[in-house]
Amino acid sequence: MEPLAVGHLFPDYLNIYADRGNIAVLSARAEWRGYRLEVQPLGAGAEISHGEHDLFYIGGGQDREQALIAPELASLGPALCEAFEAGAAFLAVCGGYQLLGRYYRDQSGEELPGIGLLPLHTVAGSRRMIGDVLLECELEPGARRTLAGFENHAGQTILDPGAEPLGRVVSGFGNDGKSGYEGCRRGRAIGTYLHGPLLPRNPWLADWLLAQAVAHRTGDLPVFEPLRDELEQEAHAVSARRAETRGGRN
Amino acid sequence: MRTRFPLRLEILLARATGGLSRLVGTGGGTTVPGKLLWKLDPRAVDELARRLSLGSTLVSATNGKTTTAAMTAGILSRKLRLAHNSSGANLVSGVASTLLAARDAELGLFEVDEAALPEVARRLQPRAVCLGNLFRDQLDRYGELELVAERWRGAVQELPDNSALVVNGDDPQVGDLGRERDPGPRTVFGVDDPRQANPTLQHAADSKWCIRCGTPYEYAAAYIGHLGDYRCPSCGHARPPLDVVAREIELEGIDRVSFDLITPDGSRRVRLGVPGLYNVYNALGAASLSRALGASLEEIQRGLEAFHAAFGRFERIGLDGKSLLVLLIKNPAGANEAIRTLLAGEAPSLVLAALNDGTADGKDVSWIWDVDFEPLLPALERLVATGDRAAELALRFKYAGFAEGAIEVVPPLEAALDRALELTPPGGELVALPTYTAMLALRDIVARRGFVRQYWEAA
Repeated sequence: MEPLAVGHLFPDYLNIYADRGNIAVLSARAEWRGYRLEVQPLGAGAEISHGEHDLFYIGGGQDREQALIAPELASLGPALCEAFEAGAAFLAVCGGYQLLGRYYRDQSGEELPGIGLLPLHTVAGSRRMIGDVLLECELEPGARRTLAGFENHAGQTILDPGAEPLGRVVSGFGNDGKSGYEGCRRGRAIGTYLHGPLLPRNPWLADWLLAQAVAHRTGDLPVFEPLRDELEQEAHAVSARRAETRGGRN
Repeated sequence: MRTRFPLRLEILLARATGGLSRLVGTGGGTTVPGKLLWKLDPRAVDELARRLSLGSTLVSATNGKTTTAAMTAGILSRKLRLAHNSSGANLVSGVASTLLAARDAELGLFEVDEAALPEVARRLQPRAVCLGNLFRDQLDRYGELELVAERWRGAVQELPDNSALVVNGDDPQVGDLGRERDPGPRTVFGVDDPRQANPTLQHAADSKWCIRCGTPYEYAAAYIGHLGDYRCPSCGHARPPLDVVAREIELEGIDRVSFDLITPDGSRRVRLGVPGLYNVYNALGAASLSRALGASLEEIQRGLEAFHAAFGRFERIGLDGKSLLVLLIKNPAGANEAIRTLLAGEAPSLVLAALNDGTADGKDVSWIWDVDFEPLLPALERLVATGDRAAELALRFKYAGFAEGAIEVVPPLEAALDRALELTPPGGELVALPTYTAMLALRDIVARRGFVRQYWEAA
């Protein structure tokens, strides 16, 4: 089997919303397509050599954990941005999403530095945005898909003018509870508040990320045969209905 | 003796609705009267609590509060008349309902929801509080763990000076509570038996970083999640000295556990009729709390040894020549311990797992991905997944490597129970792993069939 290398950033600290579920889904679906996912935990003092990783994953943490690792992450920032420019794919969820932006400003006005890979910043809000979410996305022109998940964040994320959101909010709060958009997409990098975890009930996004990772490794974007995904579709449908009936309202 | 005030109309009215809600079949009536009273006059709760001649005592924790309170009730109820919310209605309204129903009680014994603790403590001015552990749980409702810890710190600071405080020293956040209370009576309990330690810190460990300086703790022994004998290599913050300790723990399958209970009053070998290391923690909490309330070592031992499972916690229900073993699962740390304890007996080849996503279960079901279900897989031949989020649960097992063809997804609970019972051989035992509301629903179904008492009749 062809290897694919995944750098999992600070898994000990950033794992609050079952981020290992996302990794499990990426691993299994890669294997079903003939690839072996090699997941390497990247913690404090990690070295990232050029071109080594095809995909980076960074999950969510509580404020305290985020503050503990933010300086370490900042020191990896240049290497991560370089990897992105060279075509590595990224999935960043919740706290990890915030830290890929330029900064996170907390209630007291203090700024936690991000790595500036995504064109956005985040400001702490006074109310938590908690609930089921449904998005409509179009990562490739003409291919409309939905993402169903759960959000739980006090931070309000503001995209730079012209930046591309991950999707339009059908139900739920989204980035800031007002814009009607959720997440951010820049090339092969995806940032989102959606957990649940995200990938088990949205396998198309797992496949999209794996295809980007393969493209980074081989230079060719593969076309995967679809899998049966009956359970995944059912889980998606239930989650989407939850968002419609009880997702966050503005 | 305190003065008894005549009961106000609001209280009499609310009390009457308890019987009414049972009469019209809307459930156990466990919180309806309390909610009504709460609406009519929140201060009436304070007033009712003041009628208890011996005051109130509170038990809170992410995991084990129902069992710890039930064990404490077992120890104290031989001598005292208790007002105890044994059905698990642990918000302010549940406490109010229990107070309404308990007319001649002397002591209030309440398990209290973690988030409700500050308000209940403020209203009841408890004479003793037992705080067990804090794990990630229902993040959609409580927010971050740190927020709950912060609220607990505030609640402890506001306790009356003479309140007895009992804390689990093995939890870094909880063991630090009340350290500054001077000279307030504080009892620290914990486990001292490295043979029972996990080889590595579990995935479900939460408070892994020093609460003072953020450095990862070093563990001489880690027992459950982040519970253990910790020390910060950088600033020296460490587990406080233990007053009440469990040593020489012998786990005896899924039926029993025994241990040496060491207290300042002496030691006893205690044989519990419930299994698992987590029940040792519950027993330590109950022993420490009862001791703070004046129980003797004999009374503590006798009460603990007579204890049987609180409902839905390793509860065995006979069903037409088969049996149903119900293990409540509600968060990663608790579910891991339920599974670890289950596997101390014969590993089941069939499991009925039920995932609901109501408010009491957690609307966010991501926690199931943090549970270590993997140890079940080698022996597992079939999974019946049920509940509102049955498909999500099935995915958890599928992506753990369990064959999709061996999973049956049957969302309606009753149909799933029947299917799983059909797959259970005569004389066999069906293991059920339900979340909270699924556990209540499951018990209702078997109760309707005449196999178990309704929980509001059980106390």
